[in-house]
Amino acid sequence: MQPILSEALFRTLGDPTRRALFERLARDGEQSVHALTEQAGVSQPMVSRHLGALKAAGLVTDRRQGRETHYRARPEGLAPLVDWMALYGAFWNERFDALENLLGRMDQ
Amino acid sequence: MNEAIPATRSIVVERVLAQPPGKVWRALTQDWLIADWLMQNDFVPEPGHRFTFRTAPMPHWNGVVEGEVLAVEPERLLTYRWDVPGEGGGLRTVVTWTLTAQGPGVLLRMEQAGFAAGQEANFRGAELGWQRFITALERVLEEKA
Repeated sequence: MQPILSEALFRTLGDPTRRALFERLARDGEQSVHALTEQAGVSQPMVSRHLGALKAAGLVTDRRQGRETHYRARPEGLAPLVDWMALYGAFWNERFDALENLLGRMDQ
Repeated sequence: MNEAIPATRSIVVERVLAQPPGKVWRALTQDWLIADWLMQNDFVPEPGHRFTFRTAPMPHWNGVVEGEVLAVEPERLLTYRWDVPGEGGGLRTVVTWTLTAQGPGVLLRMEQAGFAAGQEANFRGAELGWQRFITALERVLEEKA
């Protein structure tokens, strides 16, 4: 279950146009397909296809407003890709430093 | 039954501390001391006690670790669950502290076990530097938060 989800995420983010779309949404907030197409450098149907892939991977959500569809990034969708061991390796070394610091301040 | 048990991996950090074991034990088990060096918490060193560690929320994590005390041997061993619920399964690990007297000081060992094995092997061959992309993106999101 877990590996399949992460492989889909990996494949989804492997495409540079999709990465750029995701990054744009994360940085600038919700935007319409029309607005995204203006800077995407590919046709609107292509943009819609990429957004569909991002949505299927849980990285964006959409809402209809009139005739326009607006997309928003879901940064929490990146969570399965986080390298937990690297993160916690650094975390525990920092915590040990803080613990030693505290012990030095404790009387006994 | 022939179910394959998924292999898991551990992080181990060890340090020799020029401190008496009793003092180190207190820093590991008393909530106001834990808050100083680890995280805000409602920890009590009793097997079965459920607690949380809390830190500032991030874009893909609310900053909460869910814990449950599993084993307590004063000044020798402390074990608790360290779970982060989340998408893609989150994190389900066990943290074990062991204290071993070494002369006037103590060897303090922390092992966090239960990291999923092999996932990043899929990604290691990628030429796209996606991990750097995500890290950079996370920084952008944190600045905005």
